[in-house]
Amino acid sequence: MMRDNRRLNFLLLAASISFLLVPWYRLRGGFFGLGWVGDYLGDDRIWPGVAQLGQWWLWPVPALVLLAAGLRLTLPPSRRGGWLAVIGAAGIVWMMTQGLSVGLRGWNWGALEALGEVGGQQAFGAGAIFMLLCFAAMIAFGLAERGALKGDAFVLSAITLLILLVALFVFYPLVSMFTGAFQDFDGSFTAEGVARNIGDPNIWSLGCLTGSGGCGVAWRTFFLAICTATGTTLLGLAFALVATRMRLPFKKGLRLLTVLPIITPPFVIGLALTLMLGRAGFVTEFIEDITGWELGRWLYGLTGIWIAQMLSFTPIAFLVLIGVVEGVSPSMEEASQTMRASRWRTFRKVSLPLMAPGIANAFLIGFIESMADFGNPLVLGGNGGVLSTEIFFAVVGAQHDPSRAAVLATVLLGFTLSAFLAQRLWLGRRNFATVSGKGDGGRHAALPRRVAGPVACIAFLWAGFTVFVYGMILFGGFVKTWGLDHSLTLAHYARAFSVGFDRGFVWTGVAWNSFWTTMTIAMIAAPLTAIVGLLTAWLIVRQRFPGRGIFEFALMMSFAIPGTVIGISYIMAFNLPPVQMTGTALILVFCFVFRNMPVGVRGGVAAMAQLDGSLDEASLTLGASSPRTLRKIILPLLRPAILAALVYSFVRAITSISAVIFLVSAKYNMATAYIVGLVENGEYGVAIAYSSVLIVVMISIIGTFQLLVGERRLRAPVQPAPRINCQETPA
Amino acid sequence: MTTQTRGAVAFEQVRKDFGAFTAIPDLTLRIEPGELVTLLGPSGCGKTTTLRMLAGLETPTAGRILIGGEDVTRLPANRRDVSMVFQSYALFPHMSVAQNVAYGLESGGMKGGAVRDAVETGLDLVGLGGMGARLPSELSGGQQQRVAVARALVLEPQVLLLDEPLSNLDARLRRRVRTEIRELQQRLGFTAVYVTHDQEEALAVSDRIVVMQNGRIAQQGPPRELYEQPASDFIADFIGESNVVPCTVEGLSEGAATVRVGGLVQQVPARHAVLGPARLSVRANAITVQTGQGPFMGRIATSAYLGDHLEYEIETAIGPLFAVDAEGDAPLSPGTPVTLSFRPRGLALIA
Ligand SMILES: Nc1ncnc2c1ncn2[C@@H]1O[C@H](COP(=O)(O)OP(=O)(O)O)[C@@H](O)[C@H]1O
Ligand SMILES: [Mg+2]
Repeated sequence: MMRDNRRLNFLLLAASISFLLVPWYRLRGGFFGLGWVGDYLGDDRIWPGVAQLGQWWLWPVPALVLLAAGLRLTLPPSRRGGWLAVIGAAGIVWMMTQGLSVGLRGWNWGALEALGEVGGQQAFGAGAIFMLLCFAAMIAFGLAERGALKGDAFVLSAITLLILLVALFVFYPLVSMFTGAFQDFDGSFTAEGVARNIGDPNIWSLGCLTGSGGCGVAWRTFFLAICTATGTTLLGLAFALVATRMRLPFKKGLRLLTVLPIITPPFVIGLALTLMLGRAGFVTEFIEDITGWELGRWLYGLTGIWIAQMLSFTPIAFLVLIGVVEGVSPSMEEASQTMRASRWRTFRKVSLPLMAPGIANAFLIGFIESMADFGNPLVLGGNGGVLSTEIFFAVVGAQHDPSRAAVLATVLLGFTLSAFLAQRLWLGRRNFATVSGKGDGGRHAALPRRVAGPVACIAFLWAGFTVFVYGMILFGGFVKTWGLDHSLTLAHYARAFSVGFDRGFVWTGVAWNSFWTTMTIAMIAAPLTAIVGLLTAWLIVRQRFPGRGIFEFALMMSFAIPGTVIGISYIMAFNLPPVQMTGTALILVFCFVFRNMPVGVRGGVAAMAQLDGSLDEASLTLGASSPRTLRKIILPLLRPAILAALVYSFVRAITSISAVIFLVSAKYNMATAYIVGLVENGEYGVAIAYSSVLIVVMISIIGTFQLLVGERRLRAPVQPAPRINCQETPA
Repeated sequence: MTTQTRGAVAFEQVRKDFGAFTAIPDLTLRIEPGELVTLLGPSGCGKTTTLRMLAGLETPTAGRILIGGEDVTRLPANRRDVSMVFQSYALFPHMSVAQNVAYGLESGGMKGGAVRDAVETGLDLVGLGGMGARLPSELSGGQQQRVAVARALVLEPQVLLLDEPLSNLDARLRRRVRTEIRELQQRLGFTAVYVTHDQEEALAVSDRIVVMQNGRIAQQGPPRELYEQPASDFIADFIGESNVVPCTVEGLSEGAATVRVGGLVQQVPARHAVLGPARLSVRANAITVQTGQGPFMGRIATSAYLGDHLEYEIETAIGPLFAVDAEGDAPLSPGTPVTLSFRPRGLALIA
C-alpha cells in the first residue's frame, strides 16, 4: 500500500516535470548538449509543454495527468489500478495520434482539415518523450496495483517498455515504409508509384525461363538466395562433421578459420575476389596468359556474388550446425548400432533425421543472409544487381524514387518473411529435444567411410581457398597497386591512419573520423543490445503474461527483416515528426540495438532454458525482489550468453553495412560506409588497409570482452582446492 | 499479529486453474502454529501447487490464503514471511555456501557482521560449520540438502515449506535427514509444511498428515489415526500397503465388531460400522502364510525374496491379496496351496 503510493507519487512528479519544465519539442542543437539552457526564456521553441498549450491538441495530456493525480488522492490502490492503466494507455494513444496528425506545416492528412485550420508543430522533444514514458509507467503501475503478474511493478514496467520500443523501432518503421509507397513527394496519397513498380518487368519478368531475355531482379535475388543457402548449408555441415566426428590434424585451426569471416566487413571478400578474379585480376590474367581464353568479366553478376556469399556465410552455417551435430545424443547412435545398423544406416536413418530441424535452420539463415546481403552485390553486381542494391540506387541514385524503393523493400521483406514462416510451418512438431539433459555418456559414432572422405576433402579445399583469400586481403594493404605494381609500401596505412604533430597532436589520416564514430557507436550499442536482448529473453522464459507467445513470435520474425529494409524504413519513419532522428548518432544506435536484438534474445532464451527455474523462485522466497534476482542470480549465471550477445552486437555494429548506408550522415559516418565510398572511388589499397585494421581491432576487443566478462565459476578448479591454504591465510 | 497467530496458516476455499485444467478445485485447510503438517499423495495430486501458492509462486484463481492471520493472497513471494526448501535444492551454483545462506538475509537489508554471525549460526545448526567457503558443487547431496535448509531457516520465517526435500537422497540418508529436520522443527518450534509422496516419511515426521487426491483433501489427521482408521480404499492402500476386501459385519458389541471375511471370523474396532456387507482393510504384513489346511485357503501366484522378508501375491476366493511375510525364510514356489490367517492389529473397517 505505502509502496504503491510512493511509486505513484514519484511518477506524478516526473510527469509534472516533463510537462512544466523540460522543452516539449525537438531541439535543433540536441537536448543532451544542454546548449539550450541559456536561451530557455527567450525562445518559445524551447518552452515546455505548459507554454505550448495554445495548441488545443495538447490539452488532453495535462488533463490525463491531473485525472491520475485525482485518483491517487481519492481511491486506494486496489480500486484505482485499472483506471490508471486506462489513463496511461489513453495518454500514449492520444500523444501518438496528435503527433502523427499535426505535422510541421499543419494537418498531415487532408481529411482532417474539416477540423479547422491548425499551425504546424515540431517533432517530439525530451519533454514529450519523458511524458510518453510516464504514461507507459502508469500502465505498468496501474496493472501492478490491480495485482497482475503477482503485482510485480518491475516486470510489468519492463514488459510495457519493451512493447513500446518494439512498436516504435520495428513496427512503426515498417508501417511507414508501406505508406511511403503510396505517397507523393509532397506526402499526398497516390497509387501511381506502386502501380508503376508492381508490374515492372524489371522486377518480375521470368524471361530467363522462356528464353526471351533476362529474369526480373526479384527472381534473380530469390534464385541466388536458394543457391547460397544450399551451398552454405552443405559446406557448413561438412565442416561441422569434420570438426566433431573425425580425428584429423588442424581441427583447432579449422575452427579458428571459420570464425574469421564473421569479423570481416561484408564487402571485403567481394573486393578480394575482384582483385583476384576480376577483369584485371591476377588469377584471371594468369589463366588468360596460359590458355589464351578470353575470360573478361565472368566474375561480375550472380556467379561472383554467389562465390563471395559462400565465403561470407559458410562460417555462420558452420556455427549453427556444429551445435546441431553435437546435440545429437550419442546414445541414440549407440542404440542404433546395437540394433545391427551399419554406420551408414545409422547416419542416414538416425543422425541425419535428428539433425534435420537444425539443418533447416541453417538453410533459413543462409537464405535470409543472402537476401539481405548488400556489400558483396554492391562490389560484384556489375550491371545486374539484386533487390538490396536496387533499393539503394532507387533512393540515392539519379532516379530518386522512394516509392520504388518502398515497393522493392516490401518484395524483399515478403521473400524473407515467407521463408521464415515456411520454415516454422515445416518444423511444426519436428523439433525433437535431442539433448536429453540426463548426463548421457557415450561417444558419437564415427562417420561412415563413404561420407568421411568427400566431406574431409571439401572442407579442406574450402579452408585452403579461404586462407588464400584472406592472405590476399592482408597482402593487398601493403602493395602499391594490387595486380599491377606489387612493390611493398605502407602508403595506404599512412593515408588512412597517420597522425601528425602540427601544433599539438592531430589525427591526420582520412579514416580516423569514421573509425572513432564507429567505435563509439558500437561501444554504446553493444551493451544496450545485450541488456534489451537478455531482458526480453528473461521475460519470455520466466514470466507468464498474456500475449507472450505473440510477442516472442514477433521478435523472432524481426530477425528475418533484411538490413536494407530496416535502413529504408528508418529513413521513411524518422525523417519527419513526430519522431525525428535522421542524421543523428541516435538513429544508428537504435538501428543496431533493434537489428541485433533477436540474436541476443535467442542466445538468452537458450541459456536461460538451461537454468533451473527454481533458482529464481528460491531467490524470491528468500525475500529478493525481481531486479535483485536478475542482478544477483540470473546475470552471473548467464555470463557466457552475455559475452556472446556483447560480442555479436559489437561486431555487427562494426561490420554491417546494409542498413547503415542509409542512415549515415556527414557528421556521423561509419567505417563500412566510408570504405564503400573508397571502393567506389577505386581506392582499393586504402579500403583494404582500413578493413585489415578493423579486423585486428575487432579481434583484440573481443579478447578484452572475454576478460571483462570473465569465466563462470561453478565448479572448483580441476585440482582439489587446497582447503588448508584458505584457512591459513588470515582474512 | 499476536504471538498466537504467528505461524498459523489458513487456506480458505482456494481454487487453482491452469488454463482449462483445475489443479485444486476447492481447498480449505488450517495449520496451527508450530505444527508440522505433511501433504501426502501420489504424483500429480496438487501438493506442489498448494505449497507454491503458499509461497507466493502461484496466484490462486479464487479464495484466500492467510499467514499469521494476515491475508497474503496478493502478496508477492519476496514479501511473504515464509521460506522454502526446493526439491532440487536450488542452491545458487555461482555462490559459496556462506553466500547462499547470506543471500536472503542481505535481501532483507541485514549487513556486515550481523550477516556473518547469522550465517555461522545457521550452518552450525545443520552441522556444516566451517564449510562456508565451499561451492555447492563441492558438497555431497546430503550436505547440499542441509545448506538448503539452513538457507531457509536463517530467515526465521513464520512457516518453512519443504517440497519433497529428501527425494534426491539415498534411502539410508533419507532416514537420517528426516529425523534431523523433525528435531530442528521441534527444537525451534516453527510451523512447517512438508510435501512428500512417501507415506513412510510422512508417518515418521508429521504432527498431522493431509492426504490429497486429485486436488482434494481425501483425509487428514494424526499419523496413527490415518494408519489405523482409513476413510477410504484409497487411503488404506496409500498409507499402509493394504488389501481392501469385502466382508460382512455379523455382530456389534462394546465398540468391537465381528466380521466374516473369506472363511475367517475376526474381531475389529467397530468405528461407525453397521450390520451387513462392509469393506475391510487388511495390511500386507498382517497376513500369515502357512502351508497345510485351514478355513481360508489361497494359492501362491508370485513370490519374491527380499532379504529380511518375503513378498507374495496370493489368489484367494475374495480376490488377490498382497502379503509380506517377515518370518518365513525360504519363499514358497508359485502354485503352492497355502492357508491364510489375519493378525487382528492389521485389520480396520473402512468408514
Ligand atoms: N504450470 C502448470 N501449468 C499447467 N498445469 C500444471 C502446472 N503446474 C502443475 N500443473 C498440473 O497440476 C497438477 C498438480 O501438479 P503438482 O502440484 O505439481 O502435483 P504434485 O502433487 O505431484 O506436486 C498436475 O496435474 C500438473 O500437471
Ligand atoms: Mg511435486
